[in-house]
This record gives sequence, C-alpha cells and structure tokens, in this order.
Amino acid sequence: MKTMSATTRTLAEKVWERHVVHRAEGEPDLLYVDLHLVHEVTSPQAFDGLRMAGRGVRRPDLTVATMDHNVPTGPGVVDPVSVKQMEALARNCAEFGIELYPTGHLGQGIVHVIGPQMGLTQPGLFIACGDSHTSTHGAFGALAIGIGTSEVEHVLATQTLPQSKPGTTAVTVEGELPEGVSAKDVILGIIARIGTGGGVGKIIEYRGSAIRGLSMEGRMTVCNMSIEAGARAGMVAPDDTTFAWLERRPHAPKGAEWEDALDDWRTLPTDEGAAFDDDVVLDATKLRPHVSWGTNPGQTVTIDDVVPEATNDAAERALAYMALTPGMPIREIRPDTIFIGSCTNSRITDLREAANILRGRKVAAGLRAMVVPGSMMVKQQAEDEGLDLVFKNAGFEWRDAGCSMCLGMNPDKLEPGERSASTSNRNFEGRQGRGGRTHLVSPAVAAATAVAGHFATPQDLGGGAGNARSERARRANVVPRMNT
Amino acid sequence: MRPFTSHTGRALPLDRADVDTDQIIPAEHLKRIERTGFGPFLFAEWRTDPSFVLNDARFEGASILLAGANFGSGSSREHAVWALEDAGFRAIIAPSFADIFRNNCGKIGLLAVELPAASVQRLMDLARGDPASEITVDLEALRVSWAAGEYPFTIDPYTRWRLIEGLDDIGLTLRREADIARYEATRPTRLPSVTG
Repeated sequence: MKTMSATTRTLAEKVWERHVVHRAEGEPDLLYVDLHLVHEVTSPQAFDGLRMAGRGVRRPDLTVATMDHNVPTGPGVVDPVSVKQMEALARNCAEFGIELYPTGHLGQGIVHVIGPQMGLTQPGLFIACGDSHTSTHGAFGALAIGIGTSEVEHVLATQTLPQSKPGTTAVTVEGELPEGVSAKDVILGIIARIGTGGGVGKIIEYRGSAIRGLSMEGRMTVCNMSIEAGARAGMVAPDDTTFAWLERRPHAPKGAEWEDALDDWRTLPTDEGAAFDDDVVLDATKLRPHVSWGTNPGQTVTIDDVVPEATNDAAERALAYMALTPGMPIREIRPDTIFIGSCTNSRITDLREAANILRGRKVAAGLRAMVVPGSMMVKQQAEDEGLDLVFKNAGFEWRDAGCSMCLGMNPDKLEPGERSASTSNRNFEGRQGRGGRTHLVSPAVAAATAVAGHFATPQDLGGGAGNARSERARRANVVPRMNT
Repeated sequence: MRPFTSHTGRALPLDRADVDTDQIIPAEHLKRIERTGFGPFLFAEWRTDPSFVLNDARFEGASILLAGANFGSGSSREHAVWALEDAGFRAIIAPSFADIFRNNCGKIGLLAVELPAASVQRLMDLARGDPASEITVDLEALRVSWAAGEYPFTIDPYTRWRLIEGLDDIGLTLRREADIARYEATRPTRLPSVTG
C-alpha cells in the first residue's frame, strides 16, 4: 500500500498496522487475529493437525464456532456424512475449549451473521475465518479475510497469520440510490464493472454517499461479495450508523470502555489525501436492479436488459449452461425456485424488504419458494414481527438458519435443469445443486419474481408495494434480543 | 510440507478462465473430515462429460496443470488444493490465481506459477500437439522449460524459500512466541472476548 505521506493513511492500512506482531524485510508481516470464526466444513483437518503435532488452541477465548454449511433447515432425514462432520466439530470444540453454537441453539446461524449479531465484530479488528465470505465483517471497519484450512490450523495454534500486505482500491459510489435499488445491486454493479478478478491482491474500501447511506446490513451485503471481485477484503469506514448498530450488543464494550472504543474507532477512517492504488467511481443514481445471466458473478445485466451476445468462449459456455438465448429480455426468464437466504442477504432487513413486497400477495403457481434466515435470532425476530406469517401466507417455506441452498451441502438443492432466483452470492455451475442454474438478485427482486413468476421488480407488480408498519420497523433498527 | 525444488512432468491443458473452486471440487464432496482422498472428486462435474480434457487418455498421468486466468476463484476450500495434489498434480501454471487459492497452494507444497497469458497458451499448444512432451518447473532457477524453449517466472521470495525448504508455517511462527506474547500484553482490555 502506498500513501501520499507518512501522515496520511487508509482505513485498511491503519487496521493492518495495529496488528503487526513481527515485521522483517523479505517476509510477510505476522498479524495478530482478534477474532477467529470456525465452522464444521473447513476445520476438521485443522484440529487433526493440532492433535498430530501435540499443539493446543492458543486463544479459545478469541475463537467461536457454529454449524452452518451442512445443517438441515427443514424436516427430513439428515445426511449421515453431514452428521459426522457436525459431530466432529462438537468433539473438537469440547476437546479444545471453544464456544460452539450448535444446531438447536438460539445462537446458531451462518458464521457471518452471528459474529456481528453478538457484537463480536467490531471496528478496527483483524478477523479470520475459513470461509471466503469473511469479507462481510469489513462492513464494520474491521479487516476480515477468508483463509484455507492450513491457515485455520495456524490461527488456532498461534492466534496469528503471516500475511503479505495487499494493495488498496477505493470504490466510490456517489449519489442517492433510485427506488428499488438495494445494496445487492450496488455490489453486483461494482463486480460487473471491475470483473471477477478486478480486486485480486487488493483490499477494497467502499466509499461515497451511497455507501454511507446504507444500513449496516446493506454494508455487510456489499462487503460480503468483495471476494466475488477477487478482493482480499472489503471495508467500510465506521461511522455513527456502525456505532448505533453495535451499541448494547452482548459483546460490545460497555460504559467507559464504550466511550474509549468510540474515541478509537473515530480515528480509523481513511485520512484526507491518503492515496489508493486504484480508484473506481460509480454513479449511484444510474444503478438499476441487477440479475446475473451467466456462471460467474461478473456476468450480470440490469433487469431492463436482454441476455447479452456471447463475446468469448466463457460467455458462450455460460449461455449454454444456463440454457439462455441472446436477445431474450431478462423479464421473460422464468425461474422455478426462489431462494431468500445466505450470508449475503438473510438478515432482518432483507427479510423485511422481501416480506414488504409479499404481504397480501401469493407466489406464482408452480414455483417453489423458501426463506432461510441467517441465524436463529433473525428467525425469532422475524417471527416477533410477524414476517413468518407473511412469507407462509404467500406460499414460502419458512426454514431454520443455515447456508442452505447457497451451496447445496444440505438437502436444499436445485435439481438438474432447475433455475433459481437467489439472493446468494455465487452463480457458479452446479453451485446450488448439480446442473442447477442460478440467477443472483436482491431480496426485493427475488420476492417480486416469486409473485410474477418471471424476473420482476416490486414496481412491476403495481398496486401497494410498500408497507407503513414494516417501514417503521426498519427505521427503528431493532436490536435482536440476546441470551448469551 | 513436501519440499518443491524442481519438477518435470507432462502437462494437462485446461483452457478455461475463472475456474472456481466449486468446479475443482463441488461442495457435496467436502464432507470428508480427512485431508486425503479428494483426488477422485477433482472436477467431479466436468468429468461427467466424456470430452472433458481430464478424461482424455493422452493426458493420463499429467502432473502439471495449465489453466486460464483467475484460477481458483470463489470458495476458500483448501479441499480444492488437496484434490489437485491427490490427483497427482505438483504445479499449476496460469496467467493469474485467486488470492486464497494461491495461499492454500503454498501451504501444502503445490507450486502456483504465473506466466503471461500468451506463454501459457504456447505451453497449452505444446501439450495439445504432443501430450507426451515434458515440461520442467524449476523453482530454484525460477524457470519453466521444455525441449525447445524456456520462460523465466517470478514468485515472492519468502514463499519460494519456504517451498524449497519444505518449511511448516506454524513451526516458523512459533519461533516468534516472544513477539506474540509481547503483542498480547499490549492489547486493550476492551477488545471483545468470546467468553467475556
């Protein structure tokens, strides 16, 4: 990372510098990890590695585990192989003294939903997790990176990670978002612009009035998909929105420590005049709801567009896999499955946004639609607000928390040839089930599409989209109840 | 970690860009709790197509993978790297790699070599033209060579040293125990604790 002078630094650089344990010429920096999030899929081999080397977990108090990738979210028989993986996590956490939120616990949920929910994700922290969507936590002004299993073992054993310093990219989104355009459309628009490799080797800082105007949930949606642009991490500078969201969460600082924390967090934003390696600017007022047409998250168009002509082999392959013809209006594509969930879009505001559109409406005939809340607390809060009834009355299945159909490790999968409108993050071939075809959209477009039976915006539905009660709840930014 | 100094082998041309780790190993095969045995599931979906290059008998036993740009994008699953290693690959040559995938390679001794796209294409042409032709990836000399030519490459010196020596990262970090303890002593008490 470069700076204009020794006195101006970016947010990323400030957070990086406060975690350097050891630095030497020609070596990566050794960074201290403030919070290590663990789940059942990328950890069993790491714990085995510890046992084989006779090593322990250095800081169980900075480590938290949950079950999310494999967990069933509905009734039915659980795959015995998945059970084995969940049991292994429970055994490992018991053996090494790590707090675990297993299935059946109110604290359970997608790892990137529960960290913020508990108030463990805070500005200025360095956070690691064996999952590429760890970038989500950057919404709080934390530096948060996805790691592989060898690195998970490294963090467990040493609470540190050797890391080469990435470059920095400023992505500035200025202006007010048009009605019906959400955080998901912002990040899909950014990826469409910079490409799936556009962020490789970089930490992206999202800036500008459109980003400042997003809720914490919206900022999490944006940072979550940084990895889809190839970035090492994504960050948003902490501000009053961040502080208001964090205050009074179970693990947030209290009393005098809260005041100390605020003083510190206010020093984190990028200094005036600090330079980034790359600058990208987007006009928020020109954004429209996005729909992916291909097999990577860079292959998107707006809902007003048509399926594009293939300009290279990859696009041709994607069109064939997706069974789409160039020139076809996006609004004429008819999914058979609607999935609202994933670490990208499964938080309470996402559910409110979708429920707002579905209230008093029905899912189109023949469509399968499901909502999978990001955590059991989100589920409970939604039920307290009556959102479950809205979804169920509309014809949606109302599930327990988990990663679910985002990656199809549990029974929630697409069948070969099935097509989804999904609020998740990856439209890779087979991602939601062998032969499945995924279109990435926002919760609003997913809900409107469920009603219309083809890709649609809430405005397309006509009538009274929008609801005063839900809007009030959104503004109140209700903090979920905790029992930790 | 198995050291990597130099490797000579035949190459498999996978001429696709943006190959994501969901393709390298689909999620349904991530449920093993062991570190081995992922090789049979390498490119599990693409292999159901008889014309997929990995099914081409002429490339059987290839140990160097040639691929398009942004190889290994998406999920952080190290299982992708384990599957490649288990299937006999020792090196991957591509115009660019996704960050986490490249890190994961470095942890287990699989060498990720970046060459310009045109150079990778030339190597692919070589492999397609004569699948028996051998390529040498020499990490000490920082050179990819074949019977009729060679390309220099660069890699960060620290990763190179670790790979050549076969050094385990955790062992190296534990030498910094005093630094870690010193750092821990300075952490503000207000920082969150899972148990606190």
